[in-house]
Amino acid sequence: MSDSTVTVQGAHTAHEHPPYQRHHFASMEQQVDTTSFAMWLFLLTEIMFFGGLFCSYLIFRNWYYPAFVEASHQLNIFWGTLNTGVLITSSFTMAMGVWCAEMRKKSALVLCLVLTFVLGLVFLGIKYIEYSEKWEKHHVPGFHYSLQSFTNPASDAEVHKEYPDDKPLGVDMARHTELYFSLYFAMTGMHALHMIIGISLLGYLIFRAQQGAYTTGHVTFVHNFGLYWHFVDIIWIFLFPLLYLISRHS
Amino acid sequence: MSTDTIVRLPDQATARIPKVNFLSKENGLLSWLLTSDHKRIATLYLISITFFFAIGGTLAGLIRLELLTPQSDLMAADTYNKVFSMHGIIMVFLFLVPSVPATLGNFLIPIMIGAKDLALPKVNLLSWYLYMIAGVMVLYSMITGGVDTGWTFTVPLSTHYVNTNVITTGLAIFVAGFSSVFTGLNFIVTIHKMRAPGMTWFRLPLFVWSNYAASILMVLGTPVLAITLVLVVLERGFGIGVFDPSKGGDPILFQHLFWFYSHPAVYIMILPGMGVISEVVSTFARKRVFGYTAVAFSSVAIAVFAFFVWEHHMFIMGVSNYSTLVFSLLTMLVAVPSAIKIFNWSFTLYKGSITFETPMLYSFGFMGLFTIGGLTGVFLASTGTDIHLTETYFIVAHFHFVMVGGMLMAFLSGIHFWWPKWTGRMYPEKISQLAALITFIGFNFTFFPQFLLGTLGMPRRYAAYPAEFQVLNVFSTAGASILGIGYLLPILYLTWSLKYGEIAGDNPWQATGLEWQIQSPPLTENFTEIPVVDHDAYDYEWLEKKEKEVSSVG
Repeated sequence: MSDSTVTVQGAHTAHEHPPYQRHHFASMEQQVDTTSFAMWLFLLTEIMFFGGLFCSYLIFRNWYYPAFVEASHQLNIFWGTLNTGVLITSSFTMAMGVWCAEMRKKSALVLCLVLTFVLGLVFLGIKYIEYSEKWEKHHVPGFHYSLQSFTNPASDAEVHKEYPDDKPLGVDMARHTELYFSLYFAMTGMHALHMIIGISLLGYLIFRAQQGAYTTGHVTFVHNFGLYWHFVDIIWIFLFPLLYLISRHS
Repeated sequence: MSTDTIVRLPDQATARIPKVNFLSKENGLLSWLLTSDHKRIATLYLISITFFFAIGGTLAGLIRLELLTPQSDLMAADTYNKVFSMHGIIMVFLFLVPSVPATLGNFLIPIMIGAKDLALPKVNLLSWYLYMIAGVMVLYSMITGGVDTGWTFTVPLSTHYVNTNVITTGLAIFVAGFSSVFTGLNFIVTIHKMRAPGMTWFRLPLFVWSNYAASILMVLGTPVLAITLVLVVLERGFGIGVFDPSKGGDPILFQHLFWFYSHPAVYIMILPGMGVISEVVSTFARKRVFGYTAVAFSSVAIAVFAFFVWEHHMFIMGVSNYSTLVFSLLTMLVAVPSAIKIFNWSFTLYKGSITFETPMLYSFGFMGLFTIGGLTGVFLASTGTDIHLTETYFIVAHFHFVMVGGMLMAFLSGIHFWWPKWTGRMYPEKISQLAALITFIGFNFTFFPQFLLGTLGMPRRYAAYPAEFQVLNVFSTAGASILGIGYLLPILYLTWSLKYGEIAGDNPWQATGLEWQIQSPPLTENFTEIPVVDHDAYDYEWLEKKEKEVSSVG
């Protein structure tokens, strides 16, 4: 192209754009559209990621129903419910944060993000309590797993009181409870890992929000992080009933 | 009618390469390592992919050397297992999957649709770093003992029985998976949101369509592979039991999850290659690709079918007869869109003004070899013959015909085709044509005997074999050495051409794509002004008109 040197110099001054508009986008609208589309697509890959685990869980639950029912009785519904509440609240504070960013309320945004951050930590703390309960009861697969709670449910007085109808399982069926806990740890562990990543990002977001980075009218980053946070909550909204609740009646 | 080469217009053979271009814009190592320019990232990918291809190729050479004799004399059986496993892992995850998308796709997609860059330039750079981290991890695990599970990490072998670096390699593939996801995601977003005014979906070059389809597979399939490998690593590291029958788990579940990605992965490898062929065939036949829409939709159809065929890898694993029947049928259906492409390329060639430059030779190679690879796939899709042929060299020959005869041919075709655009210089034509010929001959010599070996019943994955198979194995090894020369030549003369090659000019092939309407090598942001597209892809009349206008003004 013979005329390229001429237009190279003129190309930049041709249009004015805000400082947060990346150079390769033609307009701010295109940039916002593109990044949020990318975020949704990323969340789709996350669905596929968890999808493998959900599939495995559903198949094995179908195959080894009695083992899965009794194993799920070992989960602590109180902590699970509390954590669901904590997480939904954090979703609310996050959504408020996005709204504050849109309304350019800097200190309110920082407050919302900090609250979300704290609620995320609370969730992980409760998860830690639950995990250590499993460890104490020898329900962590692989290490020193014990079938006793399932071959002899009466030995576990607390759970037996709550689920008096639980019958002793034969060893063959009882050993499938280890599979339940394998999936329990894999699924909640993966979820917790997503929480840890989210909380770390929140730390960065709080730091940048204090500098006023997200209250300039350009909220894409907060918005996309919000989508991530809600997604992680939604995963939990599926995990909670699948792992904790659906066997309560039997 | 046809001539030997395309006649270059006199004003296009400019005497020098433009001073300002993406390669010369900035200098220094950091300007490359921190770049967000898609063309520079593509260059980084090209260099690193070639490096891993060389390693994988060397390992392939070792495999063929070992198989020269019936005894396992060059290396012990367990070394041999590690060598073919590393060959598979490196070639699949570090070469074939990223090859065309990460190099040519990265370089071309933004230009072809009239954008200044990919939608997410930093994510693009991140993809390359993830790829490199994965590569280093694979090399580390290779040096510190290797892996001997095959590239499929089959459980319970990988989780319980072998004593090698399964965890490191598994995590490496997990990381490489993210690289692939981000690349695919970036492409999809870019193609949806960054097209220039007038660049409608049905004006997109077919290379863009096929990369779009491959990206869908990357985005939907790869995360499933990722979670599967995480479970393998957890099972090995912490003793959880999702795949372990002694804990009630199920190894067949691993197969389902693994092949849910890894069969579509074959199309991740082949679809972008098909895109290259569409571009090359159209350019050197000087015709619009016959049945443009059919070719475009067949890419998407392959992407969709790809997700419904995985169980054909499990015909002999005790899955139910009904599912075998259904998956057998579905597998054969994939042949339909693949055949649409082959037929349409043939129709494009019919009555075209065909010239035989190197990219076209490689494309012919692709069409021939991919057709053989595809047709032998029907043998394997049919349960009856599959039971006889599975785990024999027939399988090895089949997938090498598809992936090496197909994808690698397409890769080389594309590299030669866009080399002038990428570097501003031509490759040396005569020796390149020779290399293409050597590759084709060497390839057939290497892999055709393996079909016979497989039919005769030689199993794959063994270092030693009965003496009756030796003659065909000697043929195969001899072919591999020819093939090796065929691959070495382009590396040598393309490097040579960087300095001494003839100056290419903007549009040496007189092709119609947007990438040929800008300078070679392009500017950092591709276009000085975003173009407005007013013509369909491969519209040679439009090009002639434009050339007339230019010459009348000049």
